[in-house]
Order: sequence, then structure tokens, then C-alpha cells
Amino acid sequence: MPDHEGNGHSIIAKYLRQDRLPHIWCPACGIGPALNCFLRAIDKSGLDPDKISVISGIGCSGRVAGYVKLDSFHTTHGRAIPFATGLKLANPELKAVVFSGDGDLAAIGGNHLIHAARRNVDMTVICINNFNYGMTGGQVGPTAPYDVRTSTTPYGNFESPFNLPLLLYASGATYIARWTVLHLHQLENTMTEALLKPGFSFVEVISPCPAVYGRMNKEPEGLDSLKSYEKRSIIKNGADPKDVGITQNGPIIVGKFIDVDRPTLHTNLAVVAERAKKQVKNS
Amino acid sequence: MTDNGHLSGEFFINGDVACAEGAISAGCRFFAGYPITPATEIAERMSRRLPVVGGTYIQMEDEIASMNAILGASWAGVKSMTSTSGPGFSLMMENIGLGVMLETPCVVVDIQRAGPSTGLPTLVGQQDVMQARWGSHGSYEIIALSPDSPQHMFDLTVKAFNLSEKYRVPVLIMSDEVVGHMSEKVVIPEISAADLIYRKMPQIGSGPYHPYKADESLVPPMAIAGQGYRFHVTGLTHDESGYPAMTAAAQDRLITRLVDKIKTHADDIILYDEYMTDDAEIVVCAYGITSRIARYAVKLARQQGIKAGFLQLITLWPFAERRVRELASRVKTFIVPEINRGQIVYEVERCSCGKARSLSVPHSGGDVHKPETILAAIKECHA
Ligand SMILES: Cc1ncc(C[n+]2csc(CCOP(=O)(O)OP(=O)(O)O)c2C)c(N)n1
Ligand code: SF4
Ligand SMILES: [Mg+2]
Repeated sequence: MPDHEGNGHSIIAKYLRQDRLPHIWCPACGIGPALNCFLRAIDKSGLDPDKISVISGIGCSGRVAGYVKLDSFHTTHGRAIPFATGLKLANPELKAVVFSGDGDLAAIGGNHLIHAARRNVDMTVICINNFNYGMTGGQVGPTAPYDVRTSTTPYGNFESPFNLPLLLYASGATYIARWTVLHLHQLENTMTEALLKPGFSFVEVISPCPAVYGRMNKEPEGLDSLKSYEKRSIIKNGADPKDVGITQNGPIIVGKFIDVDRPTLHTNLAVVAERAKKQVKNS
Repeated sequence: MTDNGHLSGEFFINGDVACAEGAISAGCRFFAGYPITPATEIAERMSRRLPVVGGTYIQMEDEIASMNAILGASWAGVKSMTSTSGPGFSLMMENIGLGVMLETPCVVVDIQRAGPSTGLPTLVGQQDVMQARWGSHGSYEIIALSPDSPQHMFDLTVKAFNLSEKYRVPVLIMSDEVVGHMSEKVVIPEISAADLIYRKMPQIGSGPYHPYKADESLVPPMAIAGQGYRFHVTGLTHDESGYPAMTAAAQDRLITRLVDKIKTHADDIILYDEYMTDDAEIVVCAYGITSRIARYAVKLARQQGIKAGFLQLITLWPFAERRVRELASRVKTFIVPEINRGQIVYEVERCSCGKARSLSVPHSGGDVHKPETILAAIKECHA
């Protein structure tokens, strides 16, 4: 999305591995626009790109690590967060960003997600929520609303989804926001803020998966999902996370929900390290 | 304590503590783990020691997280370790494979107890040694060491870090409950930078950096995060650039190198010890705690005039194939006692190529072999 001065293109050139194009994503997939916002946010944040590491798990969303021209790690399914935790703790000068999907982060990696939030590790997690497992052909996932059709819920989903902002809030995340890929401007600003926020920040991106989820849920074109988002989105900054759960056809509450301060894991570790050194010296 | 934080002198400590001190001496400055008997003392020691020497200790939510955290730390340029026992070792498998694929130096300690499942949490086993070799899916080679005493725990932990940095591969320390919990004298030497290996790094100004382009050593130089290389690494099959390459040809090229980088350096990696093998007709082959009992049984056999010898496997993987083959050409029988129902005995049998007989002395776990049991097996073969 170049602006009138053509800056968009230079951002792409700066932060995208153009030698890796064409990318693997389907036409009208939401991951592309979300990545575009992310690259712009990196630029806007003023962070030294040489010090940013992007860590992904496995899935269509997890392929982002392969396209950013930054130190980038494509790990195993669900394990990007603990990998990033080790990386960040070993060198606190690095900025760790986890970019992955709803299944990766909230199903197989769900335990890591809540524990990273609890620890308040310095880390930004960007979660592409397309309500299903895109990469493996559209199976039900932990955020799939009740009654939706997926390749493994042919008669309708009989489970209830996680409300991710509420889960993250209960776990202790200090920054929580959600936008759809229609809200490009807000998404870019939110990602910029999240990148600069000390502690654990979480950005949920509601994103079309026309190829599989959309096809099975009466949104076969990317545009169908965008139209649905337009109709259903309500911007409510500061909304109580318990009120932002998503149903099949109900409203999609978007905005920045949580922005609070709490000592980060790193500051707490530094306190303990000082104490340890003093104790050993005196003994 | 020395300036660089490691202890030196004589100590009376258990194997777990000796392992932790070995790690500190080797320059390990990141530990992630999850409590489990009989490995917990390693984590506890690291939690006490690391903050004092400028390192980081963290207890993760499980062993899967611990394994990934040490990989991440290694890519940030810090030597890292985790420790566990059977149940946790099983959980680590997928990401030990990630460590192999990304060629990530790190050390994983398994203080083996008797299984399967929860088994005998506080009692000894040597039942994970084949899992160490084959436990992650896919074709690969790995390095695994087997210590027999607290002193050995210290020495081999330092060695494990050196091997992992040199060959860019996770190195497994396959210890056991008895070695982990027994206390003995441990001499910790002064260790200087010259005793330690750190991964080869890319030379600045040598052109574009290809994360997986290796020279004849087959081990590529390793950049770390934050140096400005902006590299990409993936658990997918990849080419020298680090980018995914989804073809059978790329797979063959990568896997052949990953296997060969260990195999062609087997002589540098493989350690073993021998006792009275020169004229032996029967060789007892053992590792870890069992090697101490086996050595004693061989001594008893010699006193009774039996030409018995002893081969201690210190490196389990890659297997001491050549040495076993050489011995097989002149001994009649190998006797392999191990605290499992027969694992390494199959390797010994394979390498004997039918020239010598292999006899298993199995043990289901919970305690160690009695010397008489091994002696009886020697006598039976002698008769
Ligand atoms: C341990 C393991 N189990 C299963 C898989 C198969 N798998 C690959 S991607 C994926 C789901 C990804 O879903 P999500 O994270 O939502 O990403 P999306 O493709 O929707 O962007 C699964 C189950 C795997 N790679 N590893
Ligand atoms: S399957 Fe869905 S999520 Fe994956 S690339 Fe296609 S549209 Fe995007
Ligand atoms: Mg998904």
C-alpha cells in the first residue's frame, strides 16, 4: 500500500525478502495485509531492525517469519513463544515478535501463550485469527465460533471458542488489542504501540481465510468476509475483555482493550540477580 | 570462585550438582527446565548459581517449552542447557529434532529412571538410550554421552558443550538416577578460555551470509540474532540460504550433510575406555553406572583365571562401531549388561557382523546389576 510519495514501496523493499516472492498465500487471504501493517509498524516504531527477531510457529500465518527481512525463526507448531522467551532472556537487547495463527498460539501452544503473559515477558505476539486451521485445509480451531462449518465440523461446531482478549487479560498481558484487516490504519498504529510497549503485548487480527474457512461459511470471496467485518465491527476502545467474545454472526468488537503497566519479567530478574550477587558476596 | 564464575578445587557433591557445575565451567549462561526426579537437583543448582555469574535461570511451563527456550537462547548467542528424566525427555523429542535441523548448539541432560510412563520415579534405569538415538522423527545423527560418576558428570558436561558448539548439534548427556544422586569427590580444575569451544561465526566482510553453507568440515558458521545478518532459519527442509526448498534433491543434500557432519568426525567424538581387552576372549560392554559393576565383575573373572575384558562406552552415539568391529574379530563373546531389556546389545550385535556372539544381561530397572549376575554370565560363556 504505497502512500502518495511511494513510501510504501520503500518499506516493502526494506523489510520484505523480495527474493522469496511469490508468497504462498491464497488470493485475498488476510495474512498479507496484516504483514503489510506489521512492516509499516516496524518502520514507524523506530526500533533498530537489526535487533528485531520474528519468531513463528507452523501454519499459513506462521510463514510470515520466512518473508520478513529480519532475523527470523520458523520453529515448530505451537512453540514460537517459548523459543522467543529463551531468545529474549538470553539477550534482552533484542526485540522479540511472535507472529503466528490462532491454532498455533491458542491450541497446541495455548499453555505457552498464557504462561508468557503471566510472566510478562518482553514480547509482542501477533495472532492471525482466521477461526480455523488454514494450512491443513480448514479444520476446526480453538477460536472457531459455535456452530460454524469446518472440514472437521461438517454438521456445525459443537464447541465454544476462546475469547482471546479475555484469556490474555486473565493471564496478565499488559497490552491487548484487536482489529480486523479492514482496519488497516488502526492495525498499523496498534502494532507500532505494541512493539514499543514494555512487557507482554498481544494483537489479535481478525482475518479472512477465503480458501477454506470462507468457502465453508458462505464467505467464499475475501471480499465477502470484509463486507461481513464491515457490517459487524464495532470500535470500542477500553471495552471490558469479557464483553468481546465472537459468535458466528454477532458483533466483532475491536479496539485497544488493555494498556496497563506491570513490572516485566526482565526487570524482576534483574532485581533477583542483584540480590543473588549481594548474598553470595556476604556469605 | 574464579573470575569467570566457575568453582575450582575439590568438592564432595552428587552427580547432578557436578553436572550443573560442569555447565557453569563450560560457559553455560542459560538454563530452562521443569522439575522432575531425579534431575531436579540440576535445576536447583542452576537457579542458585546462574544469577550470580550473570546468567539466566527460568522454570518453564513444561519440557517442550524448556527445550524451545534453550534453542532460542542459543540463537541469541548464549550457551544453554536443560535437564530432565524419561517423561520430560519424551516431551522434548520433537524439538530436539528442531535443534538438529536448525543446527543449534545446546545440551540436554537425561537423568534416566525406570519406565515406561511414570514408572519408578526415584529409581534407576538406562532405558532411554535408543530414544536418544531415534526419538525424534526423521533421519539424523546426534551425539550422546554416558557418565559413570559425579566426576564424569562434570567432565562430560564440559565435553558436551564443546562438542555441541563444534558440531552445531544438541548433545545429550544420558546419565542415570544412581550417578545423578551419588556423592563422590569431584575435582574441578581451573578452566580457561583455551579449554572451551565456541561456535564458528561468519567472517564479517566475506560476502553475503548463507546460514547453511558449510566448508569441508560440513559445519556452517553460525550467526546469532542481532548481529545485522537478518538471516532466516526454518525447520522445513532448506537450502544453503536457509530458505525452504521443497524437493527430494534439497532434502537429500541437507540430510546427507547433517548425517555426515557427525559420521565423518566420529573419531573426534567417540570416547571409550578399555580394561584387560588385549588377550580377552570375553568382553563385557557397558556404559553409565553399569560400567562400574561390569568392570568389577571382569576383575573377579580374571582372578578366577578367565580371559575377560571390559569395554566402557562413554560416547553412546555415534556408536563406537569401529572399535566393536575390531574386537569382534578376535573375541568370542560380548556380554552386554544394561538397565533395560536390551538396547545397546543390538548395536554390539550389529557391529560384530556374526564374528562374535552377543549376550544380553537385561535388567528391568529399579536397581543396578549385581556383580555376581554379570560374573555368572561371563562364566557361562567361558564354560
Ligand atoms: C505437532 C504438529 N501437529 C500438527 C501439525 C499440522 N499443522 C500444521 S499447521 C496446523 C494448523 C495451523 O493453524 P493456525 O495456527 O490457525 O494457522 P493458519 O494456517 O490458520 O494461519 C497444523 C495442525 C504440525 N505441523 N505439527
Ligand atoms: S488457506 Fe486460508 S489462511 Fe491459508 S493462505 Fe489460504 S486463505 Fe490464507
Ligand atoms: Mg488459523
